[in-house]
Amino acid sequence: MEEETLLSLSQTGEARFAMKEMRRVCRDSMQKLMVAQLNHNIAVKCDNVVKTYETGGTKVVALRGIDIEVRTGELLMLVGPSGCGKTTLISVIAGILDHDEGDCTVFGNDFKSMRNRDRTTYRGQNIGFVFQAFNLLPTLTAAENVAVPLLILGTPRKEAIERAEEALRRVGLEQRMHSYPKQLSGGQQQRVAIARALVHGPKLIVCDEPTSALDHETGHKVMELLREVAVGPDRALVIVTHDARIFGFADRIAKMDDGRVVKIEEGQGTL
Amino acid sequence: MNMIALKMLIGDRLKYISLVAGLAFAAFLIVQQASIFSGFTLQMGAWIRDTAVADLWVMNDQVNFVDDYKPMPETRLQRVRGIAGVEWAVPMFKFYLPVQLPDGTIVQCRVIGLDDATLVGGPPTMVDGRLEDLRRDRAVFINIDQAGSTLAQPRDDNKALKVGDRLSINDNDAVVTGMYRATKEFFWDPVIYTTYSRALQWAPRQRKLLSFILVKAKPGVDHAELATRINEATGLVARTNEGFDWKTTSDLMNRTGILINFGMTILLGFVIGALIAGQTFYMFVLDNLRYFGALKAMGATGFTIVRMVFLQTVTVGMIGFGVGLGAACLGGIVFARAGLAFQMPWQVPVASGLAIVVCCMLAAGLSLMRVLRLEPAIVFKS
Repeated sequence: MEEETLLSLSQTGEARFAMKEMRRVCRDSMQKLMVAQLNHNIAVKCDNVVKTYETGGTKVVALRGIDIEVRTGELLMLVGPSGCGKTTLISVIAGILDHDEGDCTVFGNDFKSMRNRDRTTYRGQNIGFVFQAFNLLPTLTAAENVAVPLLILGTPRKEAIERAEEALRRVGLEQRMHSYPKQLSGGQQQRVAIARALVHGPKLIVCDEPTSALDHETGHKVMELLREVAVGPDRALVIVTHDARIFGFADRIAKMDDGRVVKIEEGQGTL
Repeated sequence: MNMIALKMLIGDRLKYISLVAGLAFAAFLIVQQASIFSGFTLQMGAWIRDTAVADLWVMNDQVNFVDDYKPMPETRLQRVRGIAGVEWAVPMFKFYLPVQLPDGTIVQCRVIGLDDATLVGGPPTMVDGRLEDLRRDRAVFINIDQAGSTLAQPRDDNKALKVGDRLSINDNDAVVTGMYRATKEFFWDPVIYTTYSRALQWAPRQRKLLSFILVKAKPGVDHAELATRINEATGLVARTNEGFDWKTTSDLMNRTGILINFGMTILLGFVIGALIAGQTFYMFVLDNLRYFGALKAMGATGFTIVRMVFLQTVTVGMIGFGVGLGAACLGGIVFARAGLAFQMPWQVPVASGLAIVVCCMLAAGLSLMRVLRLEPAIVFKS
């Protein structure tokens, strides 16, 4: 409609005005495109998130108005002293803990507005977890452990195991597919956990202290692996840690203290 | 997810074996005690069922069970025979008499006197001799299973009594002319059959000697109606075979306290089973709480978790019940060979199975409350 107007204006000789209008239209379109692109890149967006725990009549404020964004394709580390709210924030972001105030969306989805069942399903489809204590089921083999997220989503067992074996190959554990967790070293167990977090192709991966149970060298290798296989253009990776030795792997580092994000700095993003 | 649930269960060998053992023990105790109770109750009315050739048992209205000796005047027999609807009626004598065995041992026996003319109400199966042999001079029949046990002769190397042996029944000579086999009874005193007239001669002198009148109803006559008519006409009680069986069983259960004793043991088995299963399963779930939390975090719904827990309890329940039932059956074979009361009608395994299901449901229910209340955020707590 606007193009027709401009054409008619130029035909009537008001070319200067037409050029000016054309520039304005182009500028607006570019701005809209940039905003859309920016929104498209945001995996997690927290606005003024507040979370309070109540234990035995005492209220403890764990998150005091958190504002943070996690972009796709980046590895964001949440760092800070014990009790600063890192784990609470990652739990809210992963949709396994309700926040009291504020908004928190993951790829545009607000967990708070979802029904419990829908939230669980969304979490199963779109979020991968790497835990500090690995949480590998001791009675399942590595391949079976990796297949768990797929089995939860209803994938047939045979297909789930095949895909789990493929994921284990990606993390270099093709020789230990049928080993039980107790037969694996700490580093190997964490690699199984990473394969489990990736096997169903989630858009967001949350890791809680992935290197704290590992020695320096193994922790370094695990982080290299995480950067290599878990960071992708359509995926975001959030790692909670207070292990300063791995800060160099982050694209951005959000420093937390007393329930607040006090500083966000650019990281080295080393591969 | 079923595979995960089963592997979680079986992987923890110690708890798995404890669970199965607990439930197996409970099932064993419930099935075994219920079967022995069932065996005893079936034994209580065994003689009535073995003698069930007539339609009605007529007796003194004060008789409470089959060996409750409260005799009637013999004239009642004629009055019963005269009641409309009675096809035939025969007398029967049943009383405890001292019997001296060939080696001199005295044993108290239940002597049963059958109608001389018809021999109605005789032993169910003759093993040695024929029923008609009872008409021979001083003839008696003994139970072949009792001949070598309760009628064995301790002063003669526990020699079994046999056909041709002579007995002294209340100081009257008698000869064993036949052996029969009958269902084992609740009371252990040996049962000796003879004719009614001979039994009266051997019994102590008293005015009333008639124990029972066996009555056959005419075709088409309602047994309950006939029983009422007999009661109204004679003041005696007439009971059907089933009615007398039930009266005997219920009376003996009340007198002996057998129902309460066995009931307590069965309840104990249930409680022990529920406690062991409940506690062990609860511990199992507590140990696996962080894995259930991890599963919830990874997208397993509450329903999936409930299904997993129920699958685990049903599995241990079935295996435990199977093991317990099998052990009880093996025990039953040994008990039965040893002559103990052990009867397992289909109701026993079904009821025991239901009891084990309840045990499992209690165990699962306790654990499920914990699992369902579980916040998946627990997975981030080290």
